[in-house]
Parts: sequence; C-alpha cells; structure tokens
Amino acid sequence: MNYFQLFDLPASFELDLTELGSRYLALQRKFHPDNYAAASNRDRLMSVQQTANINDAYHSLKQPLLRAEHLLALRGLKISHEQRSFTDPVFLMQQMELREQLEEISSSDNPDDAIMAVEQQLQQQRKVLLKQLAAALEANTAEQNQQAAELVRKLKFFFKLQHELELIEQQIQD
Amino acid sequence: MAYSNKVIDHYENPRNVGSFAKDDPSIATGMVGAPACGDVMKLQIKVNEQGIIEDAKFKTYGCGSAIASSSLVTEWVKGKSLDEAQQIKNTDIAHELALPPVKIHCSILAEDAIKAAIADYKQKRGG
Repeated sequence: MNYFQLFDLPASFELDLTELGSRYLALQRKFHPDNYAAASNRDRLMSVQQTANINDAYHSLKQPLLRAEHLLALRGLKISHEQRSFTDPVFLMQQMELREQLEEISSSDNPDDAIMAVEQQLQQQRKVLLKQLAAALEANTAEQNQQAAELVRKLKFFFKLQHELELIEQQIQD
Repeated sequence: MAYSNKVIDHYENPRNVGSFAKDDPSIATGMVGAPACGDVMKLQIKVNEQGIIEDAKFKTYGCGSAIASSSLVTEWVKGKSLDEAQQIKNTDIAHELALPPVKIHCSILAEDAIKAAIADYKQKRGG
C-alpha cells in the first residue's frame, strides 16, 4: 500500500507534517466506525480496515526514518526487516565511543553537563545525516537510493543512542 | 521475554570483556552492528605465529542475547585456528544459548563479528 497516495500527498521525503496531520484527522472522521453503525456488515468491516490502514500510514509517514523506509520500499528497496549486520568500521568505532560516553555520564562530576554535551553531539550528527538522507532520496537514482538505505541504517543507531540517553536522564532524575 | 539460563549466565558473568592494545600486530578487530536494534559489537582476537587464536576479548552494547552471544564466541574461538573459527555458525550459537527466534539476529551478529575479525587479521598480514 502506498501511504502517500492514501493521504493524497506527493511521494516525497520532505513532507508538510501539519498538512499530514489535518488529512489524517479528516480521513479518520470519514471512516470512523461510528459512521457505519447502521451500515452493512461489509461496509462496517471496510471502515474498521480503513481506520487501521490510516493509523498505520500516519504512524509511518510521521516519523522520518519510517517515512524514508516506506519511500525506499515503494522504490523496490525493502530494508525494514533486514537482519544483515552493519560493518562500516569507522562508523561503528564512533558508535562505540558514543556508547562509552553515555556509560560515563552517571559517574561524572556534573551529569547534567555530560548529558548536554552528548545530546548536542547526537543532535548535530542526526542533523547532518538527515540532510544527506533528504538529498539522496530527492535524487532518486539507483545509487542514491542505496546510499539513502545506508543513511537510514546509520540514523537508526543514532535514534537508539538518543533513546539510551533519555533512559540515563530519567535514571539520574529519579 | 524469558532468557535461557545460559544467556543469563553469560550476561551476568560475561567472559573476556575488554580490549587489547590496537597497535599490537597479533591483534585483529571485528566491528559489527545491527541497525534494527542499534546493537554494537567489537570482537578482538590475538593470533599467534602458528595462526592459532590464543585469546579473545569483546565489548558489546546491546541486549542480553547479544552480550551472551559475543561472550560465548570469545570462549569458543580460543585455541582454534583461523580456519576453524571461520566455521562457527550462528545456528550453533543460537542452539547453545537456546535463543528464541526474535533473538537469532544476535547470534548472526556474533558470527559476523568473528568473520570481520578474521578478515581484519588477514588484511593486516597482507591478505
């Protein structure tokens, strides 16, 4: 299913999220099962199915990485369930170092400053990778789509780091 | 999720955690990662002149199964030749640790880490 089509939006990584949000609400209202209370069984089922599709589609398009994955899948490059190991040693070494920095936060003299420092690094790196991802997806050549897939993989590591950082932040606050 | 006893044992008492000095010519490093869960695994082997793996160390950031898989392979590779270590299959690791299907990728990661370390060693030695 083409999620962009469902919302009648152009299949592009750059997406107006406000527009997506209002189209989502409009479609949800239109297919809400309450509207089909008096309808035939078949139509009621259809409305339930459509509501589920609309929710899945919104969830996928709202988040940049899922949106990029969906866009790549539409272009014939399915990466969302791949189990292949990632092997770029330079990138992985950097990930290792960032993980070590995270580990050291709780024992540092000023955990808040340490969190801030890592947070800034992560933000900066994400920004650069997202920008490259947008450009690669925009170019939409076979080579650039492969490049986009590689960037999605890298960004997943950074989103994971962000999640880990938030867990540490919570622990320190508790 | 319920971990098997062997996973818990390796997770609570990981074997061979740490790093070797990178500039030692007898040390080779394999780095792998799993984008889906963000796990990162580093496996280092110390290879003697006869091509036997004398020692191994690992550092893994990931779930219990990923840590257990890498801990287990550091035990397995010790005393093996590079060719023998190359034969270690993820299915053996998954079987030994009784990994559930959703954690099979952790054993794949560990197999790939050995292969990456061996490749690094061969490259260091000029192919």
